Amino acid sequence: MLWATLIMSLREVRKNALRSFLTMLGIMIGVGAVIAMVTIGEGATQKVRSDVGALGENMLVVSPGAARRGPERTAGNPFQKDDVEAIEREVTGIKALSPTAQSNTTVVVGNQNWPTSVIGVDEGYFEVRGYKIEMGRSFSEVEAASGTPVCIIGKTVRDNLFPGAMPMGQRIRVKQVSCLVVGLLASKGQAAMGGDQDDVVLMPLRAFQRRIAGNNNISSVYLQVEDAQATSSVQAQVEDLLRERRRIQPGAVDDFNVRNMQEIADTMSSVTASMTGLLGGIAAVSLLVGGIGIMNIMLVSVTERTREVGTRLAIGALASEVLLQFLVEAVVLALLGGILGILFGLSLSYAATQSLSLPFVISPGTVAGAFAFSAAVGVIFGYLPARKAARLNPIEALRHE
Amino acid sequence: MAELPRADGGAGDGPDHRTPIVEFRRVEKIYGEGESEVRALDGVDMRIERGEFVSIMGSSGSGKSTAMNMIGCLDVPTSGAYLFRGVNVCDLDQDQRALLRRHFIGFVFQGFNLLARTTALENVELPLIYRRVPAEERKRRALKALDLVGLSSRAGHTSAKLSGGQQQRVAIARALVTEPSLLLADEPTGNLDSARKVEIMELMVQLNREHGITVVMVTHEPDMAEYGTRTIVFRDGKIISGNR
Repeated sequence: MLWATLIMSLREVRKNALRSFLTMLGIMIGVGAVIAMVTIGEGATQKVRSDVGALGENMLVVSPGAARRGPERTAGNPFQKDDVEAIEREVTGIKALSPTAQSNTTVVVGNQNWPTSVIGVDEGYFEVRGYKIEMGRSFSEVEAASGTPVCIIGKTVRDNLFPGAMPMGQRIRVKQVSCLVVGLLASKGQAAMGGDQDDVVLMPLRAFQRRIAGNNNISSVYLQVEDAQATSSVQAQVEDLLRERRRIQPGAVDDFNVRNMQEIADTMSSVTASMTGLLGGIAAVSLLVGGIGIMNIMLVSVTERTREVGTRLAIGALASEVLLQFLVEAVVLALLGGILGILFGLSLSYAATQSLSLPFVISPGTVAGAFAFSAAVGVIFGYLPARKAARLNPIEALRHE
Repeated sequence: MAELPRADGGAGDGPDHRTPIVEFRRVEKIYGEGESEVRALDGVDMRIERGEFVSIMGSSGSGKSTAMNMIGCLDVPTSGAYLFRGVNVCDLDQDQRALLRRHFIGFVFQGFNLLARTTALENVELPLIYRRVPAEERKRRALKALDLVGLSSRAGHTSAKLSGGQQQRVAIARALVTEPSLLLADEPTGNLDSARKVEIMELMVQLNREHGITVVMVTHEPDMAEYGTRTIVFRDGKIISGNR
């Protein structure tokens, strides 16, 4: 019976193809909007996560100076080698670590020059930040220990200083020091908060300190935590250790700060998630409007087909069977609208994610949810018209003009 | 799901064949109340036996339509009793009456009442859908019914492509596809020209004689009424002639 009713409903939908389509349009746009919002939002969230992940997975950055922003910000003393050694020795749960020193300066090749960040690093830096060497090699142990002026450059630096040429074996001038290019970093692209991660020149920390900075200061320490769960415990250990080493009184403000990339990622994705929720909510309202459209058309349809209902009742249809028929028709309309809406929303979000260069992630839960929701819209908004049909008096319905 | 009512409360396999198919016992039907009260049927006694072809006549407001609705189990008496195949319809709820119609009664209307934009075959299949007849058998029986009314070649045509006479024949096919014991026709020739009228009436006579279907037909045309074996005339809610 249900099957026969379904066939009858599909026939009914096809008979009034244009009207059916216009009725579905409301649901289609509603579902399409929900799907598009959620899919784009999902893509944005993933993008934020992977961008922050690209800065370095499970990364902590320890820098001198209080975390507080504003004019009161205190410039703490830079770290020294023994600070780094103490962290390495005493803090548990660290996978890799690298002290760094950095200078923003202009590097020169021939008559080309380019302002960039020159960073002195240890071997661990590559692992913590997730940099890979695309061409050439990393620093040798001898180079690292002796402070030989060698460097590895990022793609942006290479594109600007050696357009179309092979950088390896060439020399670049950093301040007064001539540096041999031994490697090229694989591109990492834009960071989540802006900033080109390929616009760097890396050299051994020792060489940077001796030849460029002229001191033994360490401006930041990069840490990679073994397990994401342990990030805050490692952060606390580092903070306790440094507070002790820097003799900070209990209650006094730290003159250093530990930044947790995971926290930043969480904040940013929660912002995107709430945006998605908000937009999804607005889209859900259009779904409601679509449902009202279905109810409207079904009410008109019941009035129009009063004689048909009378005939059906006369030839022996039960009121419940008439109810079921109109309900199934409404659900069929809503579901077809829902299916079209899912396709519409997915293609819309595909286009949007492509043009915004976000990842295109289909969330099966959302699709299934949209499908179930449109069926529910059909049942809820189809019930009233269907009940109206089922309650018709057959004698009056047959007399209806 | 309501159950099909039986004459003897379910013990036997249907009523005794000697019971009249339609029996009115002092049936009254009153619409409205007080000042505006209308006695559509005023204590009618009437019996229609199996195999009869009864024409019901009367001017408008005579109560013939009310009687027709009551015979078709679409309506129930205000007082008195209506026994359909020995079952008192007054005791039945809406669904049980629907089941009686589904299994024993075929309807033919003045306005044909075919479903719009639906083929003749699908129209004829409709009552079988409600009887849960499987699709294949449904089609076979619908084609047979269309064949009986001489329209098997038009099975795939929608009602818009059929003439009035053809539409009424499709409607008759729809009414008899369930092999009803009673065919109720409400002015079946009212919308047709005289040649078509004769066609339809001859078809009804044929169904009555060759298939043993009891026919009750409301008409206001005396020459149509003559096709029947008996004519009952209503006036002011009472039967004035033709009763036995």
